[in-house]
Amino acid sequence: MAEQTSTNGGDGGGGFGLHPMEQFELSPIVPIQIGDLNLSFTNSSLWMVIAVAIISALMMLPTRGRALIPGRAQAAAEMLYEVVANMLRDSAGKEGRQYFPFVFCLFSFLLIGNLQGLIPGSFTFTSHIVVTFALAAVVFLGTTAIGFARHGIGFLKFFAPEGAPSWSLPLLVLIELISYLSRPVSLALRLFANMLVGHALLKTLAGFVFVLGIAGVIPLAGLVAITALEVLIAILQAYVFAILSCIYLNDALHMH
Amino acid sequence: METEAAKLIGAGLAAIGVTGAGIGVGNVWASYYNAIARNPSAKNDIGANIWIGFAVTEAIALYALIVALIVLFAF
Repeated sequence: MAEQTSTNGGDGGGGFGLHPMEQFELSPIVPIQIGDLNLSFTNSSLWMVIAVAIISALMMLPTRGRALIPGRAQAAAEMLYEVVANMLRDSAGKEGRQYFPFVFCLFSFLLIGNLQGLIPGSFTFTSHIVVTFALAAVVFLGTTAIGFARHGIGFLKFFAPEGAPSWSLPLLVLIELISYLSRPVSLALRLFANMLVGHALLKTLAGFVFVLGIAGVIPLAGLVAITALEVLIAILQAYVFAILSCIYLNDALHMH
Repeated sequence: METEAAKLIGAGLAAIGVTGAGIGVGNVWASYYNAIARNPSAKNDIGANIWIGFAVTEAIALYALIVALIVLFAF
């Protein structure tokens, strides 16, 4: 078995018949089929519900007492609030305050989603581009709508940088337009790619540990280090997604 | 069998793209320490922004890895 799997590179090196991509498979828990529409309650939906339950429990239970001197759990909840509040204030200014609930939901949902994906046997719903692209599309359509609602048709000036010579305008507008339209794609792809590749890498390395036998201690040490890196990446990517949303919001509110 | 070999070669070639991201991430941190060495009081202002620069650059490496994985597993 060991020789077989170690020489079979196309299999991704997963030992014991484990495929590194198997962990991303959706499986319906409660099959619901309406006509041609598959609305099954899958393992992805289950972990989303768990994520929402964790956030709600973290934010509601410890803050019920509203102690002036916070306990541990209340301090954690307040810290999460402050991180998002600071992020929004620094990048979108005072007008951004009214969009705090949305950014907070986005950040905490992605943070818990990324972190719970590191629990062995769990499912990372952020490793599916459907999920990340839906969130990115909401951010993109929302900020564009806010821009037009605030500046009216003048929001189109956003695509023509001030002070540029007029002969270069057609080219500049085209470049600005492309960079604006690629925002949701890069936003979604970044989170999706980080989560997918990170988890596939962990699984591939875990395959090496089984295959190498006693020498598997070396990839095991690497596995521990990469798991620590993955925790950092999970927090960082949720933060980056949220702060880029804030920056896009700032563009819509203040036009540069 | 030849398609299998071509797949492996293609995935290896796709992973070369990681080089660019390696240079980029090195540049990000080099600039960070350069900036702090010149002006230590700016450390707090740079703060979280360096992580955004790092994450945005690092994502490019992942795009290359995604292409490699698609070549390996999706065809």
